Amino acid sequence: MPKKKVRVSQEVNAGSMADIAFLLLIFFLVTTTIASDKGILNILPPKQDPDQPPPEIKLNERNIFNILVNANNQLLVEGEYLENTDRLAEDVKIFILNFGAPDEDAMALYNALPQSLKSQANRSPESSDHPMSGGAVVSIKTNRGTSYERYLEVLDQVKKAYFDIYAERVGMTTDQYRTLTGKTAAEKELLDRGKEGIPMAISIAEPDKIGGN
Amino acid sequence: MSKFKKKPKADPGVSTASLPDIVFMLLFFFMVTTVLREQDLLVEQRLPQMTQLQKLEKKTLISYLFVGKPKNTSLYGTEPRIQANDVLIGTKDILLWVNQEKDKLSEAERDQITISMKADREVKMGPISDIQFELREADARKLMYASTGKVEN
Repeated sequence: MPKKKVRVSQEVNAGSMADIAFLLLIFFLVTTTIASDKGILNILPPKQDPDQPPPEIKLNERNIFNILVNANNQLLVEGEYLENTDRLAEDVKIFILNFGAPDEDAMALYNALPQSLKSQANRSPESSDHPMSGGAVVSIKTNRGTSYERYLEVLDQVKKAYFDIYAERVGMTTDQYRTLTGKTAAEKELLDRGKEGIPMAISIAEPDKIGGN
Repeated sequence: MSKFKKKPKADPGVSTASLPDIVFMLLFFFMVTTVLREQDLLVEQRLPQMTQLQKLEKKTLISYLFVGKPKNTSLYGTEPRIQANDVLIGTKDILLWVNQEKDKLSEAERDQITISMKADREVKMGPISDIQFELREADARKLMYASTGKVEN
């Protein structure tokens, strides 16, 4: 006669709990996507009145940094052919920080810049007058056949140039500056101090009709 | 000697009793951080990879537009199309769609509406600039080019 087993514990076996939870976990892993609300922000210009021609803005050629992208995704930056966008951010930064013909306000801005930025600021009369509004403008012109990825790549590099300058003004790294949200007063102050006097002047021209669809 | 004999008996094995707790914690993490996809994507989506990304804070203000090659090419063709909510729309319908999206927001927030454009990297600038033109007409001028981060080397 077999010996009668003595049950010691009366608890429910919880060993399969892990399996159930794993099943649920895998279900949620498969069916969900982490919401990614990240991207490159762009503010479009206001609506054009068809009766009124766009206002003529007088800008000297030296104040415009021309970036052209054709239907074959080739770059023409300031009349010079570029193979890729590696050098673009650096070039744009030098252009923005140029004080060719600064007025009084621009001189005050120049004097307020930290030393690291001052050393990068040139006084070349052939390049932009000053970084303030009315000064340097970066113009991006694409073609209807240009790929969206290439266009974003260029915009990305131009934004990088601006963010580099803003971040250096407040003594942060570019990544840190970009993650500022302006939710708290301290963050907002940092954001404003970076931007002050140097507006992000990126002009995106209407694309050409050739080579597109 | 008896002291040495007792030792192998004392080995109980690793207790797995806390395993469910760990898994549950993981489960709750994923349940909280993720959202169920509300709509089926009708167009291909391979977002471009960029470096200078910014995050949007107020998610209620965001409306999504998807642009890309239709998945069902036999029905919709191979040219890039725009998807809003659950349907493919034409460029001319954007104005109406933006106004519908604006109506969902409160009066004070209407002009802050942000359009997140999730465009496939294969799309050309032609359709993109048409969309931008319509968005300007609709006075929804905050536009975000949705993209994923690039690993810098």
